[in-house]
Amino acid sequence: MLSEPTLAHYLVLGAILFAISMAGIFLNRRNVIMMLMAIELMLLAVNLNFIAFSRYLGDMAGQVFVFFILTVAAAESAIGLAILVLLFRNTGSIDVEAQGRLRG
Amino acid sequence: MTFATFTFYAFAAILIFAALRVITTRNPVHAALWLVLSFFTAAAVWLLLRAEFLAIALVLVYVGAVMVLFLFVVMMLDVNFDTMRQHFRSYLPIGAAVGALVLFEMALVIVDSAIGRTATAPATPTGSNTRALGQLLYVDYVYPFEIAAVVLLVAIVAAIALTHRERKERKHQDPGQQVKVRREDRVRLVDLPSEKPPA
Repeated sequence: MLSEPTLAHYLVLGAILFAISMAGIFLNRRNVIMMLMAIELMLLAVNLNFIAFSRYLGDMAGQVFVFFILTVAAAESAIGLAILVLLFRNTGSIDVEAQGRLRG
Repeated sequence: MTFATFTFYAFAAILIFAALRVITTRNPVHAALWLVLSFFTAAAVWLLLRAEFLAIALVLVYVGAVMVLFLFVVMMLDVNFDTMRQHFRSYLPIGAAVGALVLFEMALVIVDSAIGRTATAPATPTGSNTRALGQLLYVDYVYPFEIAAVVLLVAIVAAIALTHRERKERKHQDPGQQVKVRREDRVRLVDLPSEKPPA
């Protein structure tokens, strides 16, 4: 039967999520929007680890750190999407492979 | 098997399935909606870990604000996503390989450090999670908290400054030109001979 969830269960869940989003960045490496979504998923996996450790080590500071990660991640996605809109407006495409103009 | 155990496995399965759909689905709008499901399920898992405030914050901030922003941008940009999908199959082997490698490395670390131990969870914290978090946030971490506020302000200013578009046909005053003006530019004295009023 399935065992009671322990710290290792949550860590494994976080690791699987992180690996999925890592693969997602490779699979969708032409599409900036999908890459941003994979990064959000990756941050979620990291936050899950922080909260699991906070619970099992009995230290609330982990939750405070998740709070700050959420803040910075929201700022990151807002600026990332703004850059994305600008990119599309100037080049008419969000294909990563098409953005080679700065190459020397 | 207690109900909490069942809940954990059910939400973990939903979370992994939703995450897989996020990276494999064809339509970015669908990907954003699967990502909403992922966040929602992750919030439920966080509730199991007694992080009530952060679970609610995740739903409010991410599902309510960030994902709506994502959907907004995806729908606003008129991108032909089918051309981007052409290389999906060619990227599949390397993507799967890197994902499996990352998972393998993490498994090594976790198996070595965490699985052997039978550390049980400490007693369920009593009292309000929000109160405990606020006590920590506003007393011990008050300076990082204020820096986080500044980071958000910078993000607002940057997002507006990046996407703000100056319209050419817009009528507006230029204060510099207004201040720089001299008397000679505006006032013209005309010498008109006075006329005799008709008798």
